[in-house]
Amino acid sequence: MSELALPKIDNSILNRKSEIVKNLSKLTDKENVLSEADELRPYETDALSVYTQTPLAVVLPENTDEVSEILKYCYSENIKVVPRGAGTGLSGGALPLQDAILLGLGKFNKILEIDYENKCVVTQPGVTNLGITHAVEHKGFYYAPDPSSQLACSIGGNVAENSGGVHSLKYGTTTNNILGVQMVMMDGTICRFGGKSFDQEGYDLMGLICGSEGLLGVVTEVTVKILKTPEVVRAALIGFPSIKEGGNAASEIISSGIVPAGMEIMDKALIEATDNFSKAGYPRDAELLLIVELDGTESEVNELIRKVEAICKKNNCSSLKLSNSEKERFSFWAGRKAAFPACGAMAPDYYCMDGSIPRGKLAEALLEIKKLSEKYELPVANCFHAGDGNLHPLIMFDGNDKEQLRKTEEFGSEILKTCVRLGGVITGEHGVGIEKRELMCEMFNDNDIQQQLSIKKSLDEKNLLNPGKVYPILRKCAEEGRVHVHKNKDKFPDLPRF
Amino acid sequence: MSTKIKINSQIFQDSNNIYYPKDEVEVSDLIRELYKKDSPTEIIGNNSKSFIGNKTQSANTTSLSKISGIVDYRPEELYIKVKACTPINEIEKVLSENSQELAFEPIDFGYIKDGKSNKGTIAGYLSCNYAGSRRFKVGSVRDHVLGFKGVNGKGDIIKSGGTVVKNVTGYDLSKLIAGSFGTLVALTEITLKVLPKKDSSKTVIIYPNNFEQIYDLFNKLSSSSSEISGAVFIPEQSNDKEFSDKRNNVFKFNDLKSKVSFVAFRVEGDKISIEEKINNLKKELELNNSDISILDVYQSEPFWEKINNLEVFEKTEHNLIRMVIPPGNGSKLCKYLENNHNYFIDWCGSLFWIEVNSKKEEKIKDLKKMANDFGGYLTVIKTSSEYDYGEPIFTVDKVRLMISEKVKQSFDPKRILNPGKMYRGV
Repeated sequence: MSELALPKIDNSILNRKSEIVKNLSKLTDKENVLSEADELRPYETDALSVYTQTPLAVVLPENTDEVSEILKYCYSENIKVVPRGAGTGLSGGALPLQDAILLGLGKFNKILEIDYENKCVVTQPGVTNLGITHAVEHKGFYYAPDPSSQLACSIGGNVAENSGGVHSLKYGTTTNNILGVQMVMMDGTICRFGGKSFDQEGYDLMGLICGSEGLLGVVTEVTVKILKTPEVVRAALIGFPSIKEGGNAASEIISSGIVPAGMEIMDKALIEATDNFSKAGYPRDAELLLIVELDGTESEVNELIRKVEAICKKNNCSSLKLSNSEKERFSFWAGRKAAFPACGAMAPDYYCMDGSIPRGKLAEALLEIKKLSEKYELPVANCFHAGDGNLHPLIMFDGNDKEQLRKTEEFGSEILKTCVRLGGVITGEHGVGIEKRELMCEMFNDNDIQQQLSIKKSLDEKNLLNPGKVYPILRKCAEEGRVHVHKNKDKFPDLPRF
Repeated sequence: MSTKIKINSQIFQDSNNIYYPKDEVEVSDLIRELYKKDSPTEIIGNNSKSFIGNKTQSANTTSLSKISGIVDYRPEELYIKVKACTPINEIEKVLSENSQELAFEPIDFGYIKDGKSNKGTIAGYLSCNYAGSRRFKVGSVRDHVLGFKGVNGKGDIIKSGGTVVKNVTGYDLSKLIAGSFGTLVALTEITLKVLPKKDSSKTVIIYPNNFEQIYDLFNKLSSSSSEISGAVFIPEQSNDKEFSDKRNNVFKFNDLKSKVSFVAFRVEGDKISIEEKINNLKKELELNNSDISILDVYQSEPFWEKINNLEVFEKTEHNLIRMVIPPGNGSKLCKYLENNHNYFIDWCGSLFWIEVNSKKEEKIKDLKKMANDFGGYLTVIKTSSEYDYGEPIFTVDKVRLMISEKVKQSFDPKRILNPGKMYRGV
């Protein structure tokens, strides 16, 4: 991608590398500190792999006290720290910095307690999202948020990004499904927000941490809520002859009072791509494919299915299949779940965008994306979490062609601006990271951003924790006339910006 | 003589010297001036919940009650955007016309305050973050807020969030504002997630013999695939005749036995699925028809209203405590409360409403210790007239207080908004 602006490198830190590594080795097992070039290579990027940086060193602490000691040391020595979970993030939130240590939470991989009486699991942050469900499913429980990377992504990363998944409308995102966190602040202070009981009194600091992209603290323990698996789950696979009719059906399902467990939309390009790839048996003549999943008791689900069927028929669906077994339900999802690799098979590279829009604006958004696709001469396929309005356009391009790279980036940025214009936001679940920093000015004005920076400053006054992420580079915002800079003075002169 | 500071802006002031800004620009102008003059203000809405929390240490009072009205309601998008001091009743009415509701079930604190319904405004609810009986299933007020606009302690108009449920664009300040008692921003606009209202409801009543059985029932209810949307335990307190009479008067229903402790759980949905769920639960809980009573929809709805109006504690002159703990420790707390305090349990075993006699105020300290030991917290929601605030009415530990001070500083560096409402120094 294009040249990436990062915080100014502190050469004094680079020059002290061997001393820093030696000191870190006193705070955790020597084996947990990596500093040789070949050891650092696997940590150079997260899942936004177009950007790479080599960290000063990688530290893999084994417990909360070690995290606290490491942060305390870095705080006193003014060393920047980039926290990292499983490295599956799509917005570059865990991209290392050359003068920062990368704090990997990979060794925090144990479930600490399963408490069925209080319907919760206490876990270390490195445990995978799916690992939690696997630990409780034999008793008929599960953890609700299910981001598509759930096999690999860690619960700590989910907290950092407030991850959702296809069931967010009914079951909420991470913030609605956790009860407590233990966190270490940049100065080494260990704190606990929430626990096993509902809500917390006073400022909802857990709510603030959730989705803060590793800028406010390092989460070392998470208590998640577990839910009882629904008695019956059924899905409907419905094809529509036009985007408008399919979009209307999705809106009507919601306004009729149904809250589906999941509702997904795929456009024609994606139907073809996934069907070629996974042979899911999707209706290839359809312009739009809708998958609706309903859960509850048997009679409840049957009644809802009947209503969904009636709404889709009223909106001229061209095909409609209902799942009659779990096997069939999984087959409906097989194509959707293969959406990304299917696009990967169609072009050397694809770029996955992540905006949210009001459900009713889908047809307008897709039309706009189609126009942009023609303008930039790049193919695009769209999937849409129609339940919660989260749109994922997948732009296909050739990464070896510099001009295509530039165009892809511009195309993506225009899509997100369209989302904002339609009343939505620039990121539904992937986070801002480094990828969408500049677009923050599309959504927020100077006051809004200054308030957020002010919170950052109050909890990390030296701006050492994950700097350079989420918030825009001053220069660009100023160019766009959205940041008021008086006589070249920033409101927060001691907040390093670049 | 009034200690009021003269404000230059032309904002309406009534005879009690309360400021009534009429829009967010006026709120911003007012707070900016107070900021310049280092003069703090209490922030109020319709005064329905202003008795909760400490008395603020401020010379001015600002009422946001004129900032009211529905801005944008999109039933098909499941959101409603309202001005901050829109009355809850008004919101509930317009939602109900579209068969939708605020799923967190707002509590009506008017009954404990002075015996009359007064739900107050949405900004008040968000500032307190106290959800009703459905909380353990659908989340609290904070889980239903999608975004807000407001004015921080410097007079800057700020916003966060939006109208969509999936959003990780910047810090989730909506969560932080929930339960902040007006100490971070003066709210001017709130966007809420709304949900379809269920067609019908029924309530099943069980008469347990001992505390172990109560929590066994709560545990089985919350472990079932047949979802319930409310579960309470109402003890009979025969040693306190006055309370017992009130309790039996509040819960006077044709199909409910009088003068005996009971667990009640609510099932909502369409009529067929309600029957199916009740039958499933009867099997799972090993209940015979002779052991239980069932309240039909006409009794079930008023029953849960009475719970969420806290009617058993109507006009209480004692201290009313709200304690939340993990349900696993509930039966221990029940044993302690038995014959000592009047109480009832909501949220399927997690939420205790406890009345502490004004003559036994020292017991609040014991209860707070218990709440901490059990992994929960308590708040003194209503204080008796003799309450001396020796025991702080909120629960906070040292580290959280330190972080709260920092957060407060970032929104309101001169402590202009509701200073001391929650904690000293915040």
